Amino acid sequence: MARTILPFGPQHPVLPEPIHLKLVVEDEIVKEALPAIGYVHRGLEKLVDLKDINQMVYVVERICGICSCMHALAYCQGIEEMMNVEVPPRAKFLRVIWAELHRIHSHLLWLGLLADAFGFESLFMQCWRVREKIMDLQEATAGNRVIVSVNVVGGVRRDINKDMEKYILDTLKEVEQEVNQLKSTILNDYTVKKRTVGIGVLTKEQVYQLGGAGPMLRASGVVQDMRMTGYAAYGDLDFEPVVETAGDCYARTVVRFREIFQSIDLIRQAFSKMPDGEINVKVKGFPTGEVVSRVEQPRGELLYYIRANGTKNLERLRVRTPTFANIAPLVAMLPGIELADVPVVVLTIDPCISCTER
Amino acid sequence: MKGEVITVTVDNLVPMVKKMFEEGYRFVTASCVDLGDTHDLIYHFDKDLNLVHLRLNVSKGTKIPSISPVYFCALLVENEIQDLFGIDFDGLVLDYGRKFIIGDEAPNTPFVKIEVTKVQTEKKEG
Amino acid sequence: MFKMTKNILRNLFTKKATRLFPYEKREPFKGARGELDIKIEDCIFCGLCQRSCPSNCIKVDRPNKKWEVNQFSCILCGVCTEVCPKKCLFMKEHYKTPVYTKNIKEHQQEVKPAASAEGQA
Repeated sequence: MARTILPFGPQHPVLPEPIHLKLVVEDEIVKEALPAIGYVHRGLEKLVDLKDINQMVYVVERICGICSCMHALAYCQGIEEMMNVEVPPRAKFLRVIWAELHRIHSHLLWLGLLADAFGFESLFMQCWRVREKIMDLQEATAGNRVIVSVNVVGGVRRDINKDMEKYILDTLKEVEQEVNQLKSTILNDYTVKKRTVGIGVLTKEQVYQLGGAGPMLRASGVVQDMRMTGYAAYGDLDFEPVVETAGDCYARTVVRFREIFQSIDLIRQAFSKMPDGEINVKVKGFPTGEVVSRVEQPRGELLYYIRANGTKNLERLRVRTPTFANIAPLVAMLPGIELADVPVVVLTIDPCISCTER
Repeated sequence: MKGEVITVTVDNLVPMVKKMFEEGYRFVTASCVDLGDTHDLIYHFDKDLNLVHLRLNVSKGTKIPSISPVYFCALLVENEIQDLFGIDFDGLVLDYGRKFIIGDEAPNTPFVKIEVTKVQTEKKEG
Repeated sequence: MFKMTKNILRNLFTKKATRLFPYEKREPFKGARGELDIKIEDCIFCGLCQRSCPSNCIKVDRPNKKWEVNQFSCILCGVCTEVCPKKCLFMKEHYKTPVYTKNIKEHQQEVKPAASAEGQA
């Protein structure tokens, strides 16, 4: 049987960002896959030589547009731990609220892109229409729709007053109703099930040894969620990680869909338990030492390794994003599936290539 | 730093990593710091939300054995460190040859720290 | 077959989810960050905004009393509005409209009360 090598990407209608996969194909079944990245490498980690510690917050949150608030959160938590700064409790709850709003809009974006990957464009448009309400919330509370810039070293920059709180809770009720209406289309439709059930199966041991992160682990039965370590105000809120056991594309869709409802519930809990007080503390001096800080992004576990030596510039900032960790499971999932299913499988890892390559 | 830090040498790196694999640790990532004459390589492992770090301090120019035969996912990080810092890894399962994350026109090993010394210029008379 | 009739009737008689853009514009929310501007009469030319800007887009000229910002490099973060001691920097709510050439606007403070007073550039 003759083998052909087909290029998938870097430009493809289904991919939001450029990644290149060389697929070795024999008669429409994929036999091997070889990834190649490097199309959007900006070298942002090198900017620590030029920008000082407070200016780096604005560089770090522009690594990715969809999960920008969590990058700033991980960075600020790391610096605060090195300098032994205690953030006021109201700021911790506010950080949780903005992080969960980011998680809702990221999962809605992903559901739309997955529907587009198997050709269901009207579902794509409906998911993004619901997502516009969350973007309006971000503009009303933080000042900008996409890159919100609310986390600083020592707390947050803006406060949420009572009128804004009522507006947020009313909008979330509408969002919950509309996502419930979409539920039967996404989860119970015959065509959606035919395209996702049984495709790209990874067992629990395989995903764990290949180093996957986030919903990839949780859809195969591994109970791991960084929010259980209790950073920011998550120690005071109660929630259970959403876990499925099937390990195929359908299970990952169900995990991300149920996480939307979990986030809405977390925001309501945070509003009811939030204390009054100030929103940031002044921070003086420069940090020394090294620290590792981890945060749960919508796509998985984010790790920051920061090393400082007492001057106004850091010595090393290392960012490891979840999509970088999920490329190895992707390469393991691709052999054995048909060529027409490759876009669906590439999208189930939730690729955010600008995060991967910084 | 949260989590236990164990110092290793070039010789017992691969046996320690094999021990981690058998005890059920998940490989998270590896970080590299350029400290002038030496490189500091730190491998991060995780099990049930607890972190363990392995620190390896080598002088510039030594060859380091690769851990990708044990953990397949480590080959992505090691290729990236090869590109950006110029360290050579021995026995990589899949080697991209310094072209993994850097393009063709980019400078070689950009993350290595360079020192700029003052240049004396001579003053010309007349 | 009749499951779709309810959806069809509802879609025919509710209003559209899109907006006819250039004829109908959306008002931004209060507190949105759109464009950076300055009240030049209150400025004391201390240079704090220039030092804290993450993208190096502000230039303060103390001897000639000039202040300029490169609107095309500004990332709209708002740090300069927070560090200014006289609170003369503020963010407008509407975004900057597209232009054909990138020219940087300078603000000049009037030299008081001596011989000649130069107006704004």
